[in-house]
Amino acid sequence: MTEILSKKKKKKKKNKTSVEKSVKSNFIISTESLNAYYSETQALFDINIQIPKLAVTAFIGPSGCGKSTLLRVFNRMNDYIDGFKTEGKVLVDDTDIYAKNIDTETLRKNVGMVFQKPNPFPKSIYENVAFGLKIQGINDKSFIEHRIEESLKQVALWGEVKDKMKKNAYGLSGGQQQRLCIARTLAVEPSVVLMDEPTSALDPISTGRIEELLFELRNNYSIVIVTHNMQQAARISDKTAFFWLGKIVEYNDTKKIFTNPKNKQTENYISGHFG
Amino acid sequence: MKKSSEKIIEKLLLSSALFTILTTLLIIAILLFETVKFFSEISIIDFFTDTEWTPLFDDKHFGILPLLSGTFLTSMVATLIALPVGLVIAIYLNEYSGNKFRKTIKPLLELLAAVPTVIYGFFALVIVTPFLQQFIPGLAGFSSLSAGIVMGIMIIPYVSSLSEDALFAVPKSLREASYGMGATKFQTVFKVTLPAASSGVIVAVILAISRAIGETMIVAIAAGQQPRLTLNPLVPVETITAYIVQVSLGDVPRESLEYTTIFAAGITLFIFTLILNNISFWLRNKFREKYD
Ligand SMILES: Nc1ncnc2c1ncn2[C@@H]1O[C@H](COP(=O)(O)OP(=O)(O)OP(=O)(O)O)[C@@H](O)[C@H]1O
Ligand SMILES: [Mg+2]
Repeated sequence: MTEILSKKKKKKKKNKTSVEKSVKSNFIISTESLNAYYSETQALFDINIQIPKLAVTAFIGPSGCGKSTLLRVFNRMNDYIDGFKTEGKVLVDDTDIYAKNIDTETLRKNVGMVFQKPNPFPKSIYENVAFGLKIQGINDKSFIEHRIEESLKQVALWGEVKDKMKKNAYGLSGGQQQRLCIARTLAVEPSVVLMDEPTSALDPISTGRIEELLFELRNNYSIVIVTHNMQQAARISDKTAFFWLGKIVEYNDTKKIFTNPKNKQTENYISGHFG
Repeated sequence: MKKSSEKIIEKLLLSSALFTILTTLLIIAILLFETVKFFSEISIIDFFTDTEWTPLFDDKHFGILPLLSGTFLTSMVATLIALPVGLVIAIYLNEYSGNKFRKTIKPLLELLAAVPTVIYGFFALVIVTPFLQQFIPGLAGFSSLSAGIVMGIMIIPYVSSLSEDALFAVPKSLREASYGMGATKFQTVFKVTLPAASSGVIVAVILAISRAIGETMIVAIAAGQQPRLTLNPLVPVETITAYIVQVSLGDVPRESLEYTTIFAAGITLFIFTLILNNISFWLRNKFREKYD
């Protein structure tokens, strides 16, 4: 998608050009010899990973091994951290997102993010989901309402909130808030959705619903999810990358990682024997 | 041994706290007592409806409205200056400037509130008014415009400092959500951060207004001493505080009706600032709950 390269006109309505048009490769994101540093401390070492399109890719590994760092490289959220820098290449839709002329706003419209703790805006449910469209300058009310309904249906929240769209989102339960945040991300139709432990703050029932949701979403979105829950990774992902001390030690089909890991550390980690 | 000395300290602290409370109660009691005396002679209806305030003249009128309008007008001008300037400063310092710049500029800003108000009053009278008269021909030598502008400068740090705290208290996760959606910095500030901090900003503005309403020296020097029911900022007016100063320093006999007017005026002022402070106190509690 060359759209990222040029500063996109704000008025343009998004349609899923990225997913349908780009046939250049089967990978939505790929990195080449990526190193990342927080000031002097290196957090990622020589990362070469290729994230498939229209699939769920899971990042697993012990705390502090760099999963979030890599995830936040993909939409350049680390730009806000003083002293953060990268070396190497990160391609999203075959475009180097760390190149000079990249517009991070356009990148982030294409690569959405869902955070660990639900973080709805202290606004109405309606305004939360409409936010991404409105900041793109879209004012067509019927289009916005259509997108809101569609996104909320996708996250199975529509039935629960359709009669209280004007109510503050803070009145929703934690699980509902997280689904709202996912809907907010989906409303602008990104091609990638990054999720950093999206269910770690939720109860098992809410977690289950979000997992079901991910199953549906993989038909239209490329998803990268960080999780500490091994069962979750095994259940929902197509590919799994195991991180250790800033390196990707093993990356393969989820089935293979969980049934027949090549690496001893991977095996120890997924079986729960890890120091 | 240690126990008994600690008990003495405790008693001392308690008595100083009680002393403060007692003093406050005493002030209120005296205010009320004198006010009751005043209203035993003047009808409260006249007090609030009469459009003239001339207790010191032969043709006496006791309508508080002219003093209230003077107070309102000067505070209004001050707020119109302090709100945008203070807010822009808060936004700039919190969202755009580097940490170093912020750390040097903040104490300098707070210096504005530390300048003796008599200097502000003098500044309004001899610099601001003559300067403004070059552009505004109808501007009188004393006016709520000059006094209000200078008072607005004085209360800028009240607005900026508290607004900055409110902006700072907005969780990072909300900014991240906004940036993550592809919002620019400007969009994030005005669509997410500022709305989320709005109750804190309102608190800041209310406290600044209440400071402006109670301000005495600037308006006594620069706004004039002519009680006048008007919304025209170019003419001399008199505020409640300026009136109280005028009578306190004048040669009005202590026991006279004229003298009790300052208590009636004083309690009106007191009630207004009390209401404003309570609103801000209530808002502040409400807004604290939201993120905890
Ligand atoms: N803002 C930061 N400044 C400096 N160092 C950081 C920062 N964020 C993370 N790090 C460091 O980078 C390394 C990788 O952190 P990261 O957050 O990516 O780990 P993670 O795998 O997501 O861990 P967790 O599972 O606990 O979320 C850690 O050593 C961490 O201390
Ligand atoms: Mg993490």
